[in-house]
Amino acid sequence: MTATALKGDLESLRARVRQLEETAVRQPLPTLPALTGLVELRPGAAYEVDSASLVLALLAGASRQGLWSSVVGLGDLGWEAATALGVDLGRTVVVPDPREHWLEVTAALIELAGVVALRPPGRAAARDAHRIAARLRSKGTALIVWGSWPMPEGRLSLSTPRWSGLGRGEGRLHTRSAVLTVRKGAGPERHAELLLSGDGTISRVVSDTRAPVGPVDEQVAV
Amino acid sequence: MKPRARTMVLWCPDWSVAAATVEAGLPADQPAAVLANNVVTVCNQAARADGVRRGMRRRDAQARCPELALLDHCAERDARCFEPVLVVVEQLCAQVAPLRPGLLAVASPAGYYGDDRAAAGVLVEHLATIGVLEVHCGCADDLFTAEQAARRAAAGDCLVVPPGGSPVFVSELPVEALDEPALVGLLRRLGIRTLGALAKLPARDVKARFGDYGARIHQLARGEDPSLLTARTPPPELTCQVRFEPPLESIEAVGFSVRRTAERFVAQLAARQQVCTRVHLEAEIDGRVVSGRTWTHVRWFSADDLVDRLRWQLAATAGLTTDPQREHGGVDAVRFVPEVVEAAGADGLWGGGAEEEVERGVARVQALLGYDQVVVPALQGGRSPGDRQAWIPWGERPSGLRPRGLPWPGSIPPPAPVLVLEQPWPAEVLDGSGTMAWVSDRGALSGEPARFRPRPDTAWQPVLAWAGPWPVEERWWENGSRKLTRFQVVGADGRAWLMLCDRGRWWTEAGYD
Repeated sequence: MTATALKGDLESLRARVRQLEETAVRQPLPTLPALTGLVELRPGAAYEVDSASLVLALLAGASRQGLWSSVVGLGDLGWEAATALGVDLGRTVVVPDPREHWLEVTAALIELAGVVALRPPGRAAARDAHRIAARLRSKGTALIVWGSWPMPEGRLSLSTPRWSGLGRGEGRLHTRSAVLTVRKGAGPERHAELLLSGDGTISRVVSDTRAPVGPVDEQVAV
Repeated sequence: MKPRARTMVLWCPDWSVAAATVEAGLPADQPAAVLANNVVTVCNQAARADGVRRGMRRRDAQARCPELALLDHCAERDARCFEPVLVVVEQLCAQVAPLRPGLLAVASPAGYYGDDRAAAGVLVEHLATIGVLEVHCGCADDLFTAEQAARRAAAGDCLVVPPGGSPVFVSELPVEALDEPALVGLLRRLGIRTLGALAKLPARDVKARFGDYGARIHQLARGEDPSLLTARTPPPELTCQVRFEPPLESIEAVGFSVRRTAERFVAQLAARQQVCTRVHLEAEIDGRVVSGRTWTHVRWFSADDLVDRLRWQLAATAGLTTDPQREHGGVDAVRFVPEVVEAAGADGLWGGGAEEEVERGVARVQALLGYDQVVVPALQGGRSPGDRQAWIPWGERPSGLRPRGLPWPGSIPPPAPVLVLEQPWPAEVLDGSGTMAWVSDRGALSGEPARFRPRPDTAWQPVLAWAGPWPVEERWWENGSRKLTRFQVVGADGRAWLMLCDRGRWWTEAGYD
């Protein structure tokens, strides 16, 4: 073995050690394969979503990798669909009705690390959002809010859904295609067409179908 | 050679029936029978008087005795009810060997009580105090003879076979006493009617014909049962109790004061390398048990867990508050009764790590909202999407879930809805003529759905695609059952809903988002 090859190995090992030593805050949380490169859950950040499908898809990505997922204020999720996506129910904590204590409950469940999904009953005050954000950063937890949240890291929305399999009086719901729009701060919107098939899995059909003007750097994770 | 201690057998006849009638709260003189697989396995004297016999089919038994109480066979119940009997006998003599529920053997305590008959009298008397009235005793040199003597003794009496008298006593018994139906049939056909006749056969020949099994039977027939009593070790007392003098009035004080007891409870189990996974907590106020509840834990109870559970329970059931001004009696006593104790696993060795953090986080939420407000979702079998999932309070084990493996005809095919509404929304669906669509008793839809809104506060939208009606045939045999039909509806905005139609009323049950 040559010295250069050894040096290369050494470098890669060093890089790996650096990676492990970095605090969890730096490592993006795992997402579903269909969403990689498009959505990245940064630990310590809050994301706005607009549908239950997205909540479950984001939980599933983290839950598949053994992270805990907590759900606050969402008593109406379909857990069969969640399981089909890959959510591990054994590592899921749900508080269906936190009543007026939803902020305290969310703060407590952030301690579990992983991903916390929240449906706030109203709009959170900026001060509360800052307190939650501080906790998120210290624990490396990502917050997914179905609703609105002051200054989210990113906004994900699912639009123009089209169902196939259902006719007028016959057939049954089978597959859905929808366009996922990702907005991050003032950056350009990113689009991808997703196929949500009958067995509950999500696959990506076309990336950046209707990309806005200007080049979109594939490496920029949102 | 030191003579072997004589053996005394106590027999409670028809124990399964006696235990079942006591648990069911039936009068003792009611004809009753315990059935397994629709066949009578045990029946009591009143049922026998009406002609009910072992091995009889359910309908034959009912035909002979219409007022017969039919009880299910439950081996666990028999053993559980026999436990108090064992405890009473253990208080009076050493070396108690339970043979099966309803039958126990002891080394005869004749030396202490005078003679065998007196000893039996004492036992029968004490058993009567716990409500076991029909006890037959038998005493002999060996176990088999003693059991046969007990079966032939009068109720409450003791049949004593004198020392060395076993062979004579046994020789007069019919071969049916062996309770081995196959062998008894064969012996009868060989012309052997009594155990005495069997004992007279040369032991070598019996062994040659029946092997070791025959040799053992031959020994029994000679009145020389070689089996020794295997006395049980009385189970340890694991229940912990603490009394408060004067009674404590606030939950905080109780929680603080029971900590030592909770620690002792966990420690005594730990000393046996055991952990408790289900515990019954009881609190007494003014000498009455006012709060009793069983708690289960996914892993095991630590002292903190026990104290937490007790606080939640007191807050919920006993009407105690943290407010010291409120008028109520104080808590006199708290009892921790272990219900399920398991061997401690090895997973405690390296510490829980992340799991412990999760436990702490959840405990904080439980303290805020109540223990049942933190749940873990679980899937189960069912037809409607709502039936197919269940909430299990954090820390409890799932129980009573419907199996998912069954076909569940009528369930909605995948994809599963991402939104399953706990409270269905009242919906409206109009047909082409602008009137509410409805489904007739024969399952016909009044008109094609044209416009709908999934909940009253949303805007009307045209129906893009729909399927249905899918009839729901559930519990049609019950009174007040409704004829329901399901529809899948896609609106103009592309969102799909699962709707339920109860004749002319519509509900949104689930959403596909």
